[in-house]
Amino acid sequence: MADYSAPEIQDDIHVPAVQVGSMAHLKPYPAMEKHMLPLGFPEARLADWQEKGIAKLGEMLKKYRSLQVHLDICVKCGACTDKCHYFLGTQDANNMPVQRADLMRSVYRRYFTTAGKLFPGLVGAKDFDEEMLQQWVTYFHQCSQCRRCSVFCPYGIDTAEVTMAAREIMDAIGVGHKYSTEIISKVHEVGNNLGIPKPALQGTLAFLESDMLENTGHEVRLPLDEAGAEVLLVAPSADFFSEPHIQSLMGYAKVFHQAGIRYTISSVAAEAANFGMFIGSFEQKQKIAKRIREEAEALNVKRIVVGECGHAWRVAYSFWNTLNGPFDFLDPRYPVPQHICEFTYDLLQRGALHMDKEANDGYVVTMHDSCNVARASRMGEHAGGQFEIPRALIRASCHHFVEMDPDTTHERTFCCGGGGGTLTDELMELRIKGAMPRVTALKQVMKRDKVNFMALICAICKAQFSKVLPMYHIPMETVGGVHQLVSNAIQLGVNKGVV
Amino acid sequence: MLTILAYLVVGIFVVGFTQRILLYARSPAPLKIPTTPAPTTTAGVVWRLFTEVVFFNSLFKGDKWAWLGGYLFHGALLLVLIRHLRYFVEPLPPFFAHVQIAGVVAGVAMVGGLGLLLLRRLLIDRVRHVSSPSDYLWLLLLLGIGFSGLVMQFFLRPDIVHIKGAMMGMWSSSQSLPLLTLGDVVFLAHLCMVAVLIVLFPFSKLMHAGGIFFSPTRNQVDNPREKRHVNPWAAGQHTKESTHG
Ligand code: HEM
Ligand code: SF4
Ligand code: SF4
Ligand code: SF4
Repeated sequence: MADYSAPEIQDDIHVPAVQVGSMAHLKPYPAMEKHMLPLGFPEARLADWQEKGIAKLGEMLKKYRSLQVHLDICVKCGACTDKCHYFLGTQDANNMPVQRADLMRSVYRRYFTTAGKLFPGLVGAKDFDEEMLQQWVTYFHQCSQCRRCSVFCPYGIDTAEVTMAAREIMDAIGVGHKYSTEIISKVHEVGNNLGIPKPALQGTLAFLESDMLENTGHEVRLPLDEAGAEVLLVAPSADFFSEPHIQSLMGYAKVFHQAGIRYTISSVAAEAANFGMFIGSFEQKQKIAKRIREEAEALNVKRIVVGECGHAWRVAYSFWNTLNGPFDFLDPRYPVPQHICEFTYDLLQRGALHMDKEANDGYVVTMHDSCNVARASRMGEHAGGQFEIPRALIRASCHHFVEMDPDTTHERTFCCGGGGGTLTDELMELRIKGAMPRVTALKQVMKRDKVNFMALICAICKAQFSKVLPMYHIPMETVGGVHQLVSNAIQLGVNKGVV
Repeated sequence: MLTILAYLVVGIFVVGFTQRILLYARSPAPLKIPTTPAPTTTAGVVWRLFTEVVFFNSLFKGDKWAWLGGYLFHGALLLVLIRHLRYFVEPLPPFFAHVQIAGVVAGVAMVGGLGLLLLRRLLIDRVRHVSSPSDYLWLLLLLGIGFSGLVMQFFLRPDIVHIKGAMMGMWSSSQSLPLLTLGDVVFLAHLCMVAVLIVLFPFSKLMHAGGIFFSPTRNQVDNPREKRHVNPWAAGQHTKESTHG
């Protein structure tokens, strides 16, 4: 791997001049045969890939209104062109959302519209040839499906939908992407993205329990596969093994402990992440999510709570009910599924938790809204709950909280640079450059308000920032979960139980 | 002959536009994908679409210059279209006296808005990069329509009766080409450009005018937990509806 230098951080986010092909060299590793076959994809590129690819596009158009409408109605107004973090960080013309989507739109025009069949040059219609396919491989893997472009488009054109469709078409012709297909294979084989077998998981949980006992003097539990518990906790698997994720896991455990609510983790469904979304496959999304429903039934729980993970929350909140619903075997008094932030917030409202804000006095905190939570799902009963609820938890846990530039938070938030299936080493250059807008906004508040902690609720964001912030000379400890702050502040043993 | 042409033009538009809209309406929306800020009720979605169509709300957030040019152009276009009703409606409703003046202002605003959009397309490197020839041609066509309209409004009043006569003569007899005044030529050019616009409308990006109502990121209610959204083509689903949550 080459030695990457991070771009110079300016005082503000500036829109760069367009460059053609500045990121053309960066492709993901191709998928391996052993990861493609189990997912039902051809093991290698088909001989008749061109025909099959065009046919697949035709099929997708009939299945997705988003694709049909969004490929048709773009007026090339350019409002989205400066909205993508990858364009801002790389200057590559094809990383402007409309231009990325045009890689598919031009093929759509060529084969599916009268204008493109008759006058390809006039309307920018292009053949689905080798060169085009190579551009698809490159640029549809330089999109994190963060949907920032969609917020500002007059028609809500969502390049994430186009990227997902493109990846599904590529999979169908045997041109897969190693990172996502490998991880999905592991989920089907072992039950989680990291491929952690049950004994290893058991060991870790036991270790963390003794750790918490030592540090707090309380027997805070991390139960595994306990049938009859009230709640099934589905966390991203990184929460069991990576820093800073583990800190949040301990936060969840303390909340359950303090509320006196019995919960369990499942070794079969020890993974909230659902990379089926990254490759655009409805069937994979459905299959991966099904394990969780089945485990909830098998363990006879009443509620499902999802841990801190951005895209997992999108899949759970927006898609679960469609994929594998209705969940009428669960307790109807609680939302299905429930986010861990909603869960903790509810307890806080009911006075079940006591927080000592001083525990976090060493921190000046800001919040990074993770795109999939911010732009593709919700929390609570009202629009915008996905912003207010995590902030309410932060405010309850510390004295010093400040916001970053409003152009970079809430629905305008910038992706961390590693979402949507790009969190892989070979795309490191993209990840570093794509983090530039967020890092710029963070550096502003570090300078102005002495911020030294950026709280967030996404496992991928945590992994990405821990790796990339140091390249911008920001310590990796600056990033952590909202429940890490909760974990520090929560008072154990006072007034235990739900009131 | 002119009448037949007119019917043909309108016919192509109506059939083409309807087909496109039916295609959008019939394409399934498998999943809930509204973009934040997403309303949680149907009334909220109606309001959201209203603000998008009437104020270009998202575009305003995204790009102030495009909004200004686009808003001037579309607003003026609407007024101009209303004003054109006087050629087709008998008798004219009384409020048309006011629309007349507004219509003249609108003509100027329309050309100004289009000019701004064209300048943006030429001057901003990002927008220039994403434009294909057709994107310029649409602006030029609309500018052509606007200019010819203004020229007739202010300088050269065409004589409709004369034009009609001339056209009839052209098709029906072998006499040499009748003389058209400059005003007549401008009018015919105006008419032809409008015909081209109407015919190409359903086959082009102008379908944004109907498509905007079918964009799932904008027209869906954000209530996936409360109300089960069913994917019509999914296999192996439990198909029962449910409303708990
Ligand atoms: C429901 C009705 C309509 C809505 C909500 C709408 C909305 C919009 C918006 C938001 C834009 C992007 C911003 C801009 O560049 O102006 C746009 C562009 C455009 N619209 Fe419309 N429009 C409608 C009807 C029409 C009609 C009837 C026409 C043509 C006669 C038209 C022609 C255009 C053109 C040519 C552009 C591209 C402008 C450019 O090149 O920058 N629109 N429209
Ligand atoms: S903002 Fe929307 S309509 Fe405008 S260029 Fe981008 S995708 Fe096309
Ligand atoms: S979805 Fe995000 S990453 Fe993809 S084009 Fe849009 S802004 Fe860029
Ligand atoms: S990893 Fe986080 S910031 Fe990046 S796309 Fe996912 S949710 Fe967004």
